Parts: sequence; C-alpha cells; structure tokens
Amino acid sequence: MSPEVALPIFIPLLSGALSLLFWRLHTVQRFIAVVGTGSLLVTSLWLLSSVDEHGILVMQMGNWEAPFGISLVADLFATIMVILTGIIGFSVALYSLATTSRGHEAFGYFPLMHLLLAGVAGAFLTGDIFNLYVWFEVMLVASFALLILGSEKAQMEGAIKYVTLNLLSSVIFLTAVGLLYGLVGTLNMADIAQRLGQVEDNGMVDVLAVMFMVAFGIKAAAFPLFFWLPASYHTPPVAVSALFAGLLTKVGVYALFRIFTLIFTQSPGYTHEILLWGAGMTMLSGVLGATAQFEFRRILSFHIVSQIGYMILGLALYTPLAVLGGVFYILHHIIVKANLFLISGVVHRLCGSYELKRLGGLYRSHPWLAVLFLIPALSLAGMPPLSGFFAKFIVIRAGIEAEAYGVTLIALLVGLLTLYSMVKIWAEVFWKAPPEPDEDKPELASPGQRELWQMYLPIVGLALCTLFIGLNGQPIYALAESSAEQLLDPSRYIEAVMGDATKEAP
Amino acid sequence: MEPLMAVAIGILYAAAIYMMLRRSIVKLVIGLMLLSNAANLLIFTSAGLTRGAPPLVPTGLTAPAGQVADPLPQALVLTAIVIAFGVLSFAVVLIRRAYEIVKADDLDRMKDTDT
Repeated sequence: MSPEVALPIFIPLLSGALSLLFWRLHTVQRFIAVVGTGSLLVTSLWLLSSVDEHGILVMQMGNWEAPFGISLVADLFATIMVILTGIIGFSVALYSLATTSRGHEAFGYFPLMHLLLAGVAGAFLTGDIFNLYVWFEVMLVASFALLILGSEKAQMEGAIKYVTLNLLSSVIFLTAVGLLYGLVGTLNMADIAQRLGQVEDNGMVDVLAVMFMVAFGIKAAAFPLFFWLPASYHTPPVAVSALFAGLLTKVGVYALFRIFTLIFTQSPGYTHEILLWGAGMTMLSGVLGATAQFEFRRILSFHIVSQIGYMILGLALYTPLAVLGGVFYILHHIIVKANLFLISGVVHRLCGSYELKRLGGLYRSHPWLAVLFLIPALSLAGMPPLSGFFAKFIVIRAGIEAEAYGVTLIALLVGLLTLYSMVKIWAEVFWKAPPEPDEDKPELASPGQRELWQMYLPIVGLALCTLFIGLNGQPIYALAESSAEQLLDPSRYIEAVMGDATKEAP
Repeated sequence: MEPLMAVAIGILYAAAIYMMLRRSIVKLVIGLMLLSNAANLLIFTSAGLTRGAPPLVPTGLTAPAGQVADPLPQALVLTAIVIAFGVLSFAVVLIRRAYEIVKADDLDRMKDTDT
C-alpha cells in the first residue's frame, strides 16, 4: 500500500474542508492555505522519490481490483505534474496573502483555491476515464467561482464565455466516454487501452479519438477552440489568473498526452496528423493575437495559447525525443507563465494599471523587479541559458529529425515573435519614462514591507526554479526522458494497473 | 427501443445546439441544459437497454444468472446528473448576475473583454 499516491488529492480536500470550518476566521484560513499547499508540495516530492524507486505506483480505491474499481496511478509524468501543482499552489497561496482583499476572502477564496488544487491533482493521478471527468468538473466548478470573485462587469462577460465553452467541452467529453463504454464495456484507462485493440470498428475508434481531441482541445485552449481563454483570463484577481494560467490549460494538455499515448495509438497517421496541424495553428494564432495587444495580462493570456502549441507539437510528432520535449516544455512553461502573471500583479500594485501606455519607468524605481521580470520573460522567449531555450531546442530538434519542416519553421518564427512581445512589455513597462500622472487617478498607497515580502518571495522562488532548470538541466532532462519512455510504452502502464489480469486476458 | 432512444437523443442534441447559437444568454443556458440531458441519455443507452432483469446475485451463486441489465451506466448517469445539476445551477445564477450588471440579455453586447 502506498498512501502517497492518494495524499496529493486528500491534502487539498482536507485543507479546503478545514478552511470551510473556519469560514469567518480569515487568519486561520490564511494559515491553512500556506500549510496545506506546503504539505502538498512536500508529499508530491515524496511521491516522486517513491515513483523513482518503485516504478509506476498504483492504488486501487476501496481495494476493488482493476478494472472494477477506480485506480489511482502515479507514473512519472503524472508525478511531475503533481509536483508542479504543488509548486504553483504554494507560490500562489503565499502571494494571495498579500493580494487577496477582505471581500474576496469573505466569499471563500481560500476554500475554492484548495478545491481547485484537489481537482487538478485528481485529474493528474486518476486512472479511470469517468473519474477523470469528475475531477475535471471539480476543477471547473472551483474555477467558475474563482473567476467571478468580485463580480465586475468584465468578469461577468468573461465568465459567460468561459463557462459556456468549458461546459460544452465537458459534455463532449461525457458523450465520448458514454460511446467508448458502449464500445469496450470498461472505464479503466489501462483496460480500455487493452480492449480497444480488439475492436473491429476502426471508424468508430477514430470518431471517438477526435471527440476526445475536441473536448481536451477546448480545455487546453488549442486552435481553433481557444477563444474563451483570452476573453476571460485577464479579468479575475491576479492570483487567480496566475493559478489558472499555470495549471488549468495544462490539465487539458496532460489529458491529451495521456489519451493519445495510452489509448488512441492505433492510427497515429490520422490523429497525430490532426494534432500536428492544430499545434502549428495554435502557436501561430496565439502569438499573432499577442502582438496586437497592449494590456499586460492580455498579452500573457495569448502567449499561453501559443505555448500550448509547442506542447501539443511534442505530442503530435510522437517520437521519443518529441514527447520528451513536450514534457520538458510543460514543466518549464507552468513555472514561467505563473511567474509572469505574478509579476504583472506586482506592477499593478505599484502603478495601478495593466495598460501598457499607463505604465513606465519601473526600471529606474524598481530595478530588481525588472531583473525578476527578465528571467521568466526571456525564458518564455527561449533565450539561452534559461529553461525555455532547452525546452524549445528539444521540441524543434525533434521536429527537424521527424522532417516536419513546416511546423518547425512556425515554431522558430513564433519564438521570435514571443521575444518581440516580451521586449514590448519590457520597453513599455520598465524602460520608457513614466507617463504624465493622471489627475483623476487617486494616489496609490505604497505597499508595506510585509506585503512586498509576500509578493516577492514566490516570484523569486519561481525565478530560481527557472534558473535551476536552465543551468542544471541534466537531471530534469533525465526525468523528462524517463517519463517520455513510460508514456511511449503503454504496456508498462497497463501491466502496473491491471497486475496479473493482463496475463489471464485472451 | 434503442433506435427510438437514439432518435430522441439526436433531437435533443440538435435542439441544444440550436439554442446555444442564439444571442440571448437565457436561451444559451437552456441550450446547455438540453445538451447535458442529451449526454446523460446517451450514457444511459450506451450499454443497451434491458428490461426487467436487475443485476442481482441469486442466493448461493457468486454471479448473476442469465442476461442482466448493466448497472454501471446507471451509476454513471446518476453521477453525471448530479454534476450537471450543480454546474447548471451555477450557470443560472451567473446569467442572472450578468444580466443585473451588464443590463442586457444579448451576447452581442458583451464584447468588452473580447479582442
């Protein structure tokens, strides 16, 4: 029995329940937020060490043997994702100590945050496709409520689009699960993977593959299904934006990786070709959208879309190096993107705006913030020796080796345009002279020492992670390499989940 | 029975998508409700409909005898109904608040956050 497989789900659920108990005692809720997410991070590291030692860990819920019960499965890829959940959860919890207003706390910011983390961790660890749907919904409901905290007009407008498209994707997912069950009569992903090989109706299998692709494509914000993301991600409080930007779309990407390496591997010539085109268009449309924007968080939102393209490109090329690159890219991207959103929050706190034309002069007044911005920004654009360079390098090299020159060219071009966007933010926010002070705008109270600490600490931590991945890439590379090996060899996953049942099956 | 259900589910999906394409946010939510019901019915039908054969294990045996109804889709559909109920009640409250704040029942007037 290995309890660490279930703990990353159990801890946020428990902290969420405890924070609900202390509904009015905000100090206790803040304490639980830091301790809860901190212990999530610690258990996820424990999970990594035991997955590293014992291989794929499986826990059968309620001791029902697979395929009858729900299995929780922790392979290396899932474990990496859980660790990232812990890192982002902890950083955002620290950051929200400074940025969450009393009003947001009174509407249950901290319990919702824990619930969201539980949903995300559950989606990463489950080995049952219907259970995956349930975790998706847990995550979605929490994200709906977090998105409209504060009920401003822009939030309502953004939320309607977010809610509609995400519900649509859930229904498509649910429909696909229903049809898949009708086809193979099981819900355990390992068992589905086994039995789908024996299904003769290949047309139906392809239809299902595309349905899953659309459902997870909406969640992952892939082309042409990403419109909800730039319409909503810049509206909520900034800590929520960072949490969403770091984790939510990546759950969709994770599900795509899982489904298209484990279950739908029959006709990669068809499904992965669609993914390849989708990846190219996602990169291009996201980055072009960003060039047209002049608002800090909107630019960053569009860049989420374009970066998703690189990850899907890694999956679509479907060679060992490409999948490795995809995993590495996810790892680097989650940290960098959440950090950029956190920095945009600090800038907003100092200058009172997200509009680039109303910002400026921060390099002179806050040089360290400028340095902290440069680390994730240049990493996102792929400058050596930061983490983004290696991530892009692996994916692009895999593209050249697989002779997919068109998409590789797009990937290189998008890297250049990303640099353009980041330089735009740098020039407007940090470099140019501060704009004429606005008469109507009330003078902002400068933040207190403690508030600054709580905001800077997670940013510095995440920047150090970026530097660590960049400067000490070998162990991370090795980790991504073995997780890609596991992904590309589904029989290990199946054997770990099904145990002896594999040998008895005809 | 299954072909009849298939037609009914198809009509539900079609009606739902038609409603979702309207501009009014109230009709949008009605569309979402129909859509989730269509998906629920689909799961319910997916394993085949069996009448009058509950999956009960007779005394003295370890497995049910003969052809029985598949209990799993029914468990799934129960879960799915509960989830859809929760999410859709959120959606109803959301459009009410949105209507109060934006003062319009028209998606074309909610384009401020688009780009």
